[in-house]
Amino acid sequence: MKLLYFAWLRARIGQAEEELALPAEVRDVAGLLEWLRRRGGGYAEALRDLSVVRVAVNHDYVGPDHPIRDGDEVALFPPVTGG
Amino acid sequence: MIRVQREDFDAGVELDRLAEGDHGIGGVASFVGLVRDKGGAEGVSALVLEHYPGMTEKKLAEIEAEANRRWPLSASLIIHRYGRLEPGDRIVLVATASPHREAALAACHFLIDWLKTDAPFWKSEETPEGERWVAPRAEDDDATRRWVKE
Repeated sequence: MKLLYFAWLRARIGQAEEELALPAEVRDVAGLLEWLRRRGGGYAEALRDLSVVRVAVNHDYVGPDHPIRDGDEVALFPPVTGG
Repeated sequence: MIRVQREDFDAGVELDRLAEGDHGIGGVASFVGLVRDKGGAEGVSALVLEHYPGMTEKKLAEIEAEANRRWPLSASLIIHRYGRLEPGDRIVLVATASPHREAALAACHFLIDWLKTDAPFWKSEETPEGERWVAPRAEDDDATRRWVKE
């Protein structure tokens, strides 16, 4: 699984992307966020308030119930501010 | 057509090109977004626009396809820049061409509203204290919701 971080999430986590073997207990987006938060440090700080975290799986916005599979590209970022 | 690029664009040239060769087009509507100077009190010297390559193009293409479903457009164009931009610089161009003005104007408005809340771009401001991430505006969400069909 490929994880990508953008904007202030990237700054707090301290890297733009990482490759990760999908942990056995992670089944959906909510589970992944919880698992990442438990890694502590910048992850815990970046994911403290999930109301300002958006998630995309394979380039589409998804909600907390969306399943995660090994090989997915999962991106975490704040609400967008383009235009 | 979608273009995501670091370089500037010439809006006049782009609008001419959009209508070129199709004499069924009766009007071209456009919106050009600029980097706004907030008055200097906050010490912002520039904006840096970051995006998510791959997803950006996909979302912009989906938004453009939706505009084409809703209105009879002859042509449409979205150009969005990324990288470091200074006050006065162009950020985005949305242009729509149609036989009649109503469709062109409405579709152009729809595209810029929808793009602001759906396309994965993030602005950070350069300040003397370092980068400061721009917070989304609730008004932008409201503007997009206007276009959601009940």
